[in-house]
Amino acid sequence: MKRVLLLFVLFGLFAACGSDDNSPQPTDDFDRKAMLSHWADNVIVPGLEANVADITTLVTAAEAFRDNPADNEFQTLKTAWLEAYKEWQRIGIFEIGKAEELQLISRMNLYPTDASGIEENIAVGDYNLDLPSEKTRQGFPALDYLLYGIAADEAAVLAKFQDAAVGSAYRDYVVGVAQKMQSMLQTVLEDWNNGYRETFVDNDGNNATASTDRLVNDYIFYYEKHLRAGKVGIPAGVFSGAELPGNVEGLYSRQYSRDLLAISLDATEDFFLGRSYDGSVSGPSLNTYLEELGTTKGGTALADVIVDQWAVALAEIQSLNPNLYEQVNTGNTAMLRTYDALQINVVNLKVDMLQALNINVDYVDADGD
Amino acid sequence: MNNTPGTYWQKKSSAAPLATFRILFGLLILASLIRFAVNGWIEKLYLEPSFHFTFYGFEWVKPLGIYTYGLFIIGGLSAIGIALGYRYRLSVLLFFLSFTYIELMDKTTYLNHYYFVSLMSFLLLWLPAHRYYSLDALRKPSLRSATVPAWSIDAIKLLLAIVYFYAGLAKLNSDWLFSAQPLATWLPTRYHLPLIGPLLKQEWVHFAMSWSGAVYDLAIPFLLWHPRTRAFAFVMVVGFHVLTRILFPIGMFPFIMIFATTIFFDAKLHQRFLDGLSKLGQRLGLRRNVTSAPEVSGGLAVQSVFRQKLVLPVLAVFFALQLLLPFRYVLYPGELFWTEEGFRFSWRVMLMEKAGYAQFKIVDSETGKRLYVDNSEFLNAFQEKQMSFQPDFILEYAHYLAKVYTERGFHEPEVYVESYVALNGRPSQPFVDPAVNLAAIKPSLKHKSWLLPFNDEIKGL
Repeated sequence: MKRVLLLFVLFGLFAACGSDDNSPQPTDDFDRKAMLSHWADNVIVPGLEANVADITTLVTAAEAFRDNPADNEFQTLKTAWLEAYKEWQRIGIFEIGKAEELQLISRMNLYPTDASGIEENIAVGDYNLDLPSEKTRQGFPALDYLLYGIAADEAAVLAKFQDAAVGSAYRDYVVGVAQKMQSMLQTVLEDWNNGYRETFVDNDGNNATASTDRLVNDYIFYYEKHLRAGKVGIPAGVFSGAELPGNVEGLYSRQYSRDLLAISLDATEDFFLGRSYDGSVSGPSLNTYLEELGTTKGGTALADVIVDQWAVALAEIQSLNPNLYEQVNTGNTAMLRTYDALQINVVNLKVDMLQALNINVDYVDADGD
Repeated sequence: MNNTPGTYWQKKSSAAPLATFRILFGLLILASLIRFAVNGWIEKLYLEPSFHFTFYGFEWVKPLGIYTYGLFIIGGLSAIGIALGYRYRLSVLLFFLSFTYIELMDKTTYLNHYYFVSLMSFLLLWLPAHRYYSLDALRKPSLRSATVPAWSIDAIKLLLAIVYFYAGLAKLNSDWLFSAQPLATWLPTRYHLPLIGPLLKQEWVHFAMSWSGAVYDLAIPFLLWHPRTRAFAFVMVVGFHVLTRILFPIGMFPFIMIFATTIFFDAKLHQRFLDGLSKLGQRLGLRRNVTSAPEVSGGLAVQSVFRQKLVLPVLAVFFALQLLLPFRYVLYPGELFWTEEGFRFSWRVMLMEKAGYAQFKIVDSETGKRLYVDNSEFLNAFQEKQMSFQPDFILEYAHYLAKVYTERGFHEPEVYVESYVALNGRPSQPFVDPAVNLAAIKPSLKHKSWLLPFNDEIKGL
């Protein structure tokens, strides 16, 4: 260590005769640990708690409907499903720790759902939702199909659930799917409460496996793949050359896909701005980190460029049909415009922000030059 | 000079430094290969990806499936052969070929350090590093010699000097000297390091380290060469490389350089090291003493004629190339850091923080059907990252996409890319002309006119 210190003294001497340029340089005094604590304590853990609460309401409603398949219980169940689905849009971003291990996002919200596979599971009555092959037969999209898609209209769906021969098998499957979601979310929350929170906050360094790098990568991955591509780009045919309206989120309910997208974008922005899950406080965030570094783009603060662009994207989203299936079929150019508006921030986040924060883009822990 | 060798070419020097160098180099490259395998990088970097980025002219060099492991085994065994001086020429040749093949398989993993190892093993191929303290000398007494031509040791020193000096020259640019980039981007995030952490946030530290880094690289070859400054220089070498090892993920390279620079030290020191090794060997029960090699006259002289006819011209060409290649960038218009034309193989180390994003669009030239490519379908994260800001990667990938989408039913697909690149703390700006059909551009070493201009200027070498 003495030699290192000696070197620093030497470096200092070199600098004294060398540096003649005094343009202001951004310095990084940012406390990553404080940011990670804020994310853990005010965003992720409260978010998981809210999701567990909503999913518990969903399970209760599903069980009530199983025991009494009346219209009143049916409506309660659908409301509970929608509320939980909206809440989920705010927590799916955080695919880290136990959530990553469980591949939570692909078990909670992988769509298009496998309708015929679900029918097969119900008919056979013997299924194991833990199997990787079952990912498209569970989660919110499976419930979307079950609550809206198993028959032609609402009355027919309810009639099917009430059917003497098959009704109870369908109701059992609804309960089974809801319970599986509940148990996964609980497992993730318990993990945060039993040590992972400390692991997460203490890993406050700067390398490919540090918490900031991991979570920000997850965050951008979510924005790029799940939000931009999954909710908009893929149904609009951006990656296939042909429109795929059957790939919208909430395909069978046909009325919530736009709202789910808007909530998801709102959550993405909240995280960037460091808003707590309940919206009551703001804390250290990517926004404040960029502000502290003084990063600009085209003369404007990069954080402002990003937030402004999201406002543009949100305006595009609000102009869409609430049913994106309909939107793709009748006016896909509006979908493509939305996609383009979202796309611009992929570059701002992935290239400009990551470089400013010096966050490693990949997990391949290979050597550098 | 070949036919009438002057006094320099006849000068002899102790063989000990060359023997030590051979042993240390062999052991370190062995350790490098083992570390590479243990980290799972053979699978991650060479076996798992379905597509590989090749070097111009070496498109035929590809991973060999399960036999890729064989390349690493050959490399490892020949590294042991080098360290022991066992069938030395064959070992060095096999190492050079297997290691270079590995490096040519995918340029995603290109590192100047690996290039250095390839060059050094090529150089060793022509040097008599096996005549002393080696199994070869033990097996064939006629090979034994306690002295080697002085130039053979100087050749290694020269290659090391080129590496340092050119790395120093490359730092003489306005980004490095007057913006302290990229260190100003990299260093602050190492703030959690004990003791030096808080310093790394200071602006003056970024400048101090940039300037002293440049001075270090330019001065160290001379300081090492002169006996009076050598000890000080070596302290600097150790300090510098240990510091870079602490600050940056650069693997084995610091250790290779620290041990390689011992070649500059006096032969007596090397002899002491070898004697120490012998004592250790005797304690371990090895009887025969490989150090007591009587000089055999004749053998060396016969070989010297051959050497001067072939070896010296080969090495002359080798070093001429080493001196010229890094300057090939002047043949290209545009900013070197932006186009990267002539960037590799030039000891341009740690000069850039560059990141990019590239979205490819495929258009069916008959029907007009179009789609965007999901890069993660074809590339791993590391490949995608490297591809996004290096023009030759972008072009090669575009051609690959054209092939894939032809197979998927597109008629003569056109490939366009919308790409953005950020360099050394500047905001991202468009990189490739989005109106150019990359499928119609032939890969070559010519200037890539389809790149958009860099809206800034970096002055310097």
